[in-house]
Amino acid sequence: MLFGYSFSDLGSILVMQGFSGLSLFSVLLLMALGLAIIFGQMGVINMAHGEFMTIGAYSIYVISKITEQYFPGFMAYYFVVAIIAAFVIAFTVGYFVEFLLIRHLYRRPLDTLLATWGLSLIMQQIFRSVFGGREVSPTLPDWLMGSWAPTPNIDIPINGLFVMLITLVVTAIVILALYKSRWGLKVRATTQNRMMAGAVGINTQKVDRMTFAVGCGVAGIAGAAFTTIASTGPTSGSTYIVDTFLVVVFGGAASLLGTVASAFTISQAQSILTFFMTNAMGKVVTLLAIIVILMLRPEGLFSSKVRK
Amino acid sequence: MSNTDFVLAIEDLTVSFDGFKAVDGLNLYVDKNELRVVIGPNGAGKTTVLDMICGKTKATSGSIKFKGMELTKMAEHQIVRAGVGRKFQTPSIYENLSVFENLEISFPRGRTVFGALMFKRTDDVDQRIHEVADMIYLSDLLDKEAGLLSHGQKQWLEIGMLLIQDPELLMLDEPVAGMSVREREQTADLLNRICQDRSVIVIEHDMEFVKRIAHKVTVLHQGKILSQGTMEQVQSDERVIEVYLGH
Amino acid sequence: MNTLYDRWLGGRQGAIGLLLLALLIFIILPVFLDIYRLNNVGKYLTYAFAAVSLVMLWGHAGILSLGQGIFFGVGGYCMAMYLKLEASDPASTARQTTPGIPDFMDWNQITQLPLFWEPFHSLPFTILAIFVVPAVLAYIVGAAMFKRRVGGVYFAIITQAIAAILTILVVGQQGYTGGINGITDLKTLHGWNINTDSAKYILYYINGVLLVGVILLCRYILSSKLGRLLLAMRDKEDRVRFSGYDVSNFKIFVFSLSAIISAIGGAMFTLQVGFMSPTFVGIVPSIEMVILAAVGGRLSLIGAVYGALLVNYGKSAFSETFPALWLFLMGGLFIGVVMFFPNGLAGLYQTYLKPSVDRFLDKFTRKSSAVKPAVLSEKKEVAE
Repeated sequence: MLFGYSFSDLGSILVMQGFSGLSLFSVLLLMALGLAIIFGQMGVINMAHGEFMTIGAYSIYVISKITEQYFPGFMAYYFVVAIIAAFVIAFTVGYFVEFLLIRHLYRRPLDTLLATWGLSLIMQQIFRSVFGGREVSPTLPDWLMGSWAPTPNIDIPINGLFVMLITLVVTAIVILALYKSRWGLKVRATTQNRMMAGAVGINTQKVDRMTFAVGCGVAGIAGAAFTTIASTGPTSGSTYIVDTFLVVVFGGAASLLGTVASAFTISQAQSILTFFMTNAMGKVVTLLAIIVILMLRPEGLFSSKVRK
Repeated sequence: MSNTDFVLAIEDLTVSFDGFKAVDGLNLYVDKNELRVVIGPNGAGKTTVLDMICGKTKATSGSIKFKGMELTKMAEHQIVRAGVGRKFQTPSIYENLSVFENLEISFPRGRTVFGALMFKRTDDVDQRIHEVADMIYLSDLLDKEAGLLSHGQKQWLEIGMLLIQDPELLMLDEPVAGMSVREREQTADLLNRICQDRSVIVIEHDMEFVKRIAHKVTVLHQGKILSQGTMEQVQSDERVIEVYLGH
Repeated sequence: MNTLYDRWLGGRQGAIGLLLLALLIFIILPVFLDIYRLNNVGKYLTYAFAAVSLVMLWGHAGILSLGQGIFFGVGGYCMAMYLKLEASDPASTARQTTPGIPDFMDWNQITQLPLFWEPFHSLPFTILAIFVVPAVLAYIVGAAMFKRRVGGVYFAIITQAIAAILTILVVGQQGYTGGINGITDLKTLHGWNINTDSAKYILYYINGVLLVGVILLCRYILSSKLGRLLLAMRDKEDRVRFSGYDVSNFKIFVFSLSAIISAIGGAMFTLQVGFMSPTFVGIVPSIEMVILAAVGGRLSLIGAVYGALLVNYGKSAFSETFPALWLFLMGGLFIGVVMFFPNGLAGLYQTYLKPSVDRFLDKFTRKSSAVKPAVLSEKKEVAE
């Protein structure tokens, strides 16, 4: 007996909390992946990253409303289309943001931090002006509702499973692209030795722009995942930004696998803890633990020893 | 041979990065008032050895004894205070401060928080700064902003910043890189003067310059000593010729 | 006199700047503004403390903290606790279930004053706490991070996380801290009513004096070897370390100093505005403190005060009438300061106004402004 629950009960609770943690994990992982690409590979601090997630979320909302009104027959299919749209829209906005703002600030990380914070304020205000201050939700298709009960004690929501699926697919694509594709090669070359990469004919500016945009696009997909667990408002992005940075830093900014492991650990820890204590305390304990661990191992969980 | 006679005694020093041994079981001894030049092809581990002596990189195993003190156990600033000065490959000076202020900051007094707060620019400080500025050919440029100096002058300034601490072991990483012929001559003079009161280790690639200053030359290759001796001995060593000086 | 002039006042340039600021704060504003608006200015001047602290920490030492709100809040809450206890004497709280404790504790069914509140019955302890608690907190966090070479962006994000944690804790522990509403309804400071107009005037002047005092102290520090070391550390930390300095100690010192300065601001805020809440502790206010320093010119102590006044005035002026516009402006301000005006107001002054001012003053002193070698005096003036 522990905390008043029998062990089998605890098992079920852990599984259920684990799965509810999985939705959080998906959002956090997608956000962190996008940020790991931008911060880990390029060294750019994007405080507006949460707002790109919100772009994705609002895209889903808009498309769901359009489908509802004009193409009601397609309600069952729109979601997948919308996810792709979320990526494209966030990607495009990110592309322009890099061109207009970020590329001037590459060697000044603290300045980038401040400038992107300003950008996030502006974006939040745009959201507020266009969509209003109240939170909105897309109408989710029927097949996403409901839950699956493998055992009488365990109840897993279907949208959670779907979101996890999307996350795994996207994560796989990103990691493959970064390490196996020609684009990925260019990105890694530019990150590791910008001058040489330029000297061998890689258009480093274009590579930077694409990389930043891809990171934002992935955040857009996170927004799609987000709509299945909560409603969207102008400040939805800011709820996750600090956590996302901590996930990236905790995992070792340069390692994508580390990011995955870190996102999993943190979201699960928070989810399980919130069952036993209040929401607020769960978050506090998780944050504190991360900070303490970071102080003991500032490079994060996965990093290799390199001559500075 | 007891290693307490040497100013610097490196024994069985090894450092590996992810399995790659940058320095492999190195044994190196430097005498008092000796000017030792370390040469070797790129990647031989020369800079890494300096990094380990001054504490910038932690050795995987082995010992570095300076005047009997074990440096591998000390923090960077402690190593400096013990009397080891390190000049970096690219000139590492305070660009926004004047030459005078650069030297003043390096003056070995007021190194604690409180000391720095209370530090006064007394006459002896002033005098010493002028003395050192003289040695490094910058006495006319004391008020110039360091960022505006020529590349060679910046190198000298950095040497000056180390000299003012009166180290017993001075380590210079490619001090004449980017200097004109005349500047190299002046640097050679400077180094020959300096080593009368201390030991100096120099990493260099310019063989003419090396000939002018070296008492003894050590050739590193793949983290180990390939050959050691006077410049003539080393230059005629077949292994060195094969690996480094010409095919 | 020479030391006083050079080191505390910052030479001719600095002395004039300080004089003008003092003129503005102590004479011009009180004459032209009614007490309500003056009280608002007093509020802005408390934020100025945080901005000044960032000029030391960020502008000079290169350490960006996104958590100065933490220390502002600590100072503010210490003072608030003292004032609240004074306002919660058994006579005034006779109607409560448990008289003699703050009202919000009563509402949360707390029946006994928590232990950590007890010492705040005493004014000397409270004042001591305002200095000591932030310093100790900064020392612990600073030591943990700087000794392990955590700096730059990582440090900034961790300070953000700590600010977030603190906000959550304060809001969550409603019974002990007053929760999201904070500690309100404050009445007297050691028997003296702080809500009257005359009290507000007096507190405004005290605030001003403290602010000027802090600036003088910072000037003294910056003009010492320590000040030059901070600049050196910002630009070439390794070289400083390899010149025999334990860099982390200096960073811890500046961080603790900045914490104390911010805390003083927080305490004065509580006194002038009459309450303290978690709104001033978290991520958003902490970043806004950074923008105050940035607008003023991150190397300029006096600029930080002007920055605080300008930005907050703009905020009040716009956020009521055009709330949407204000947020756009704020966002634009962040971007603009980083991209186009990295030296803020002080930089603008240097480039456009200073030559005229110098010419004007030369007429009086009949000395050229280049008494010291040009390079050194320029450095001093930017670091004003």
